[in-house]
Amino acid sequence: MKKSILNGLALLPFTAVPAFAQEGGSIDQAVNEAFAAATGPFVNFIFAPIPGTSFPWIVMWLVIAASVFTLYFGFIQIRGFRHSIQLVKGDYSDPEDAGEVSHFQALATALSGTVGLGNIAGVAVAVGIGGPGATFWMILAGLLGMASKFTECTLGVKYRNEYADGSVSGGPMYYLSKGFRERGLPGGKVLAFLFSVFCILGALGGGNMFQANQAHAQIAGIVGDFPGWITGIIFAVIVFAVIVGGIKSIANVTEKVVPFMGILYVVTALVILIMNFDKIGWAFGQIFEGAFTGLGVAGGIVGALIQGFKRAAFSNEAGVGSAAIAHSAVKTKEPITEGLVSLLEPLIDTVVICTMTALVITISGLLIMDPATGNFVLDGSTIKTVGDVSGVSLTSAAFAQGFSWFPYILAIAVILFAFSTMISWSYYGLKAWTYLFGEGKTTEVIFKVIFCVFIVIGAAASLGPVIDFSDAAIFAMAVVNITGLYFLMPIVRKELGSYMERLKSGEIRRFKH
Amino acid sequence: MTAKILIGLDGSEAGDRAVAFAKQLASLIGDCELIALFVIEWSPYSFQTAEENAERHKRREAEIAAAKDRVINPAINALKAEGFAARGMVKHGHVADLLNSTAVSEGASQIVVARSGDRGLASRVFGTSTAHLAMTSEVPVTIVG
Repeated sequence: MKKSILNGLALLPFTAVPAFAQEGGSIDQAVNEAFAAATGPFVNFIFAPIPGTSFPWIVMWLVIAASVFTLYFGFIQIRGFRHSIQLVKGDYSDPEDAGEVSHFQALATALSGTVGLGNIAGVAVAVGIGGPGATFWMILAGLLGMASKFTECTLGVKYRNEYADGSVSGGPMYYLSKGFRERGLPGGKVLAFLFSVFCILGALGGGNMFQANQAHAQIAGIVGDFPGWITGIIFAVIVFAVIVGGIKSIANVTEKVVPFMGILYVVTALVILIMNFDKIGWAFGQIFEGAFTGLGVAGGIVGALIQGFKRAAFSNEAGVGSAAIAHSAVKTKEPITEGLVSLLEPLIDTVVICTMTALVITISGLLIMDPATGNFVLDGSTIKTVGDVSGVSLTSAAFAQGFSWFPYILAIAVILFAFSTMISWSYYGLKAWTYLFGEGKTTEVIFKVIFCVFIVIGAAASLGPVIDFSDAAIFAMAVVNITGLYFLMPIVRKELGSYMERLKSGEIRRFKH
Repeated sequence: MTAKILIGLDGSEAGDRAVAFAKQLASLIGDCELIALFVIEWSPYSFQTAEENAERHKRREAEIAAAKDRVINPAINALKAEGFAARGMVKHGHVADLLNSTAVSEGASQIVVARSGDRGLASRVFGTSTAHLAMTSEVPVTIVG
């Protein structure tokens, strides 16, 4: 039975696409129409506003959760910060565990799944709609999100599965089922099931289609417009070679180049900011003023706030549960240590990298302002920009104000980030898939093939439906994950109390001084 | 008190030269234990995919088993057969740092390694492990040519 469902799912995209292609003309258009129609109701539900307001309930859900965790764990992002740096440096790592996954490696792997297009394209979308003020709310969401990440990653390590052959599997599906059972609560398995379904959708959406879509936009921006499905097929073949063919050399090159690209991106942003030192004060002024007045953006303060929170959540994935899968492979006897390390993720991803992008866009002057009113000039719901650019193109144009050659570097970075995010999310999706359908070579290959087919769909569809579905699928993961975290947070608090006590008493030893 | 000599092995012919010299020293000293160390080059700050992380423990065990089977156990068995007191170990990390820290923690009076003859670009730029060991070791080092 399981196999027939799997086979049916695997064939679905192949059968659906040609049928639409015959009626609708171009393949891209057919894919786009079919995709928008199929995902519309799901997207509408996730982004439904709170009755009587224009505020999406899902954004409120994430903000409240992050605030609750921040208070419940006594501002762990501040009091645990110093110790988390010591853990990443390896000060508390037993030399006998050398060769196992270190705290640094678990953090770097998780970051390679989150640092990417969200930081480049996502921020541009937020600033392009919500104005510079969105940055303030994005930073706040990043700081609060550190506590969500801490909670989920601690549980990810505590309830991971360690198999006889030494391999590990962890993530929300495991802590939801095992943690609820341990606390004698019903419904853990249902939540784990729902999380796995949404995680698969999230992997295919934000972790795949959005990436393929934006990578195609970048390539088309350089070489000229051409059908998206061509980029999709090229990407799909390369990803297939890595995740199915096991061609490690491609992944190895990406692992080395992606961190370098990340550092190059931040350094270039810093250089541009230093070159425009005189404007930094003004840019921060715009960020604060925009946060509390809106500076004329669509929806005013609420518009800026929604964009900031939405893009932060999409970028750092705090509360989504994906990081718990990535962090669960670390070698440690103390789950709390990985929770503490993971709280650095939203800090690096959102508070540092996203803010850099937002500042560069703000000081670039590409967002058109009416000098008479000091408010932004709107074009529909988005801010009018010089050259009519948005998304990755806005970031690219902003960086080009500092260095004309940077768009070429950015294009390569976007493609590599997209690729590394796809590889990371193929793993997250696979873990959810094997949780539902069981471990096994055939089951795994079926998911991996579906994943590659969605790369083609993502590259061919237009940005609107893809970004909506990507956001909706990832936020749906957060609905289930956070519900579970509320019930399981007492376990984390108990672990934290015990760990801090032993750290204070010297029972937990420091190996490096 | 038994003297201890730490020998750095890497599975190559250079390691055999180091063992041959250490045996000479041990014969001259008399009461001497030979400790063979094989270091699997590894950094806690390298980048890996999520899938590699999930499989890491399994791979580490496989790497240690392979190093023991192919390098350490044959060397130790040969030394014991010749009447030397010997034992071996396999560790992950930086070669020069681990040779030094192991020599210190084991109380070895000397480290014996052999020049590997690596003439690659990386070794020209960053220096070889033996050169790094010679510069940083807290214990006397003999580099066999």
